[in-house]
Amino acid sequence: MEVLQNDQIASGLKNIFGDSILNVEYLDYLTITVKRDAILEVVKQLKEDSVYGFGFLTDLCGMHFPASVTGQKEQLGVVYMLHSLEKNFRIRLKILFPIDDPYVNSLTSLFNGANWLEREAFDFYGIQFKGHPNLKRIMNTDDFQYFPYRKNFPLEDQTRTDKNDAMFGR
Amino acid sequence: MENNTAAITQWTTVAPPENYSGEGFMATTLDKAVGLARANSLWPLPFATSCCGIEFMATMGTNYDLARFGSERLSFSPRQSDLLIVAGTISKKLGPVLRQVYEQMAEPKWVISMGACASSGGIFDTYSVLQGIDRIIPVDVYVPGCPPRPEQLIDAILNVQHLAKNEPLNYRDSDRYKQRLDKYGIK
Repeated sequence: MEVLQNDQIASGLKNIFGDSILNVEYLDYLTITVKRDAILEVVKQLKEDSVYGFGFLTDLCGMHFPASVTGQKEQLGVVYMLHSLEKNFRIRLKILFPIDDPYVNSLTSLFNGANWLEREAFDFYGIQFKGHPNLKRIMNTDDFQYFPYRKNFPLEDQTRTDKNDAMFGR
Repeated sequence: MENNTAAITQWTTVAPPENYSGEGFMATTLDKAVGLARANSLWPLPFATSCCGIEFMATMGTNYDLARFGSERLSFSPRQSDLLIVAGTISKKLGPVLRQVYEQMAEPKWVISMGACASSGGIFDTYSVLQGIDRIIPVDVYVPGCPPRPEQLIDAILNVQHLAKNEPLNYRDSDRYKQRLDKYGIK
């Protein structure tokens, strides 16, 4: 069986999607940043092209980059980890988009397993997945008014009244 | 050796309530008799979510043997239990569940908040954890510790027994008790 190569995947995707492939990095494993609007087509290609056979969505999770960290506009992102069980190969895909426009195409049409993972990313980061059949909170209570993993959200419980800031050096 | 066997066969029983007794009879008040019965047959409902639950199991086990105090019959149905032992971290999502369990318990009922997490959120000062179960249900006895030792839980149960023994018969119907529940919005 042919062994998949990093370059082969990167150039193969560039041939098909051109400008939609923004960045290719060779980290612990191949990491490709793609345009948000192309993510569904890219994943579909990786899954359905028998050369790749990325038939397993290992994980999908949200990211948040506040302006104070990156020096750019505040951004949200999603990371997708795909696994080709046939070729024993893993790949990571990233998308980034502005926080005031947090809409992404859902992968639930390709992977049923994306359902709960996308609900989790929605629950913690407020990322809206277009085409998701049941996009509601999965971990936190439904009455939460906030997305707790965004970095502007204070992690300490805000309902405590017994804490003296002087005791915590602030 | 002889002394040892003698020690094992010595029994202590629950002391009788304050009474008037004579040859062949004993008279006491109804609330004292009822209190005695309630205090020495508490049926605990363990609401154990984490490591405090393990200490609770140790308390029920042979070394500490909570059965000595009449509480060996655990009830896993709230409808049959008198004493809710909340042992562990209660997340905000679990809060309504705990409250429903409390509401399903029949009167009279008591609550022990076991450990730092149940009492105050403990180290979990975070958005997802309830900062003390006394925000949603009334608590009778708090047990500090992370987790508390079994001796501390036994002490807490003895404290609940003290409450049960000295409770007036009409307390659960009184305005004072209603006001207490009203504070938590429990009907």
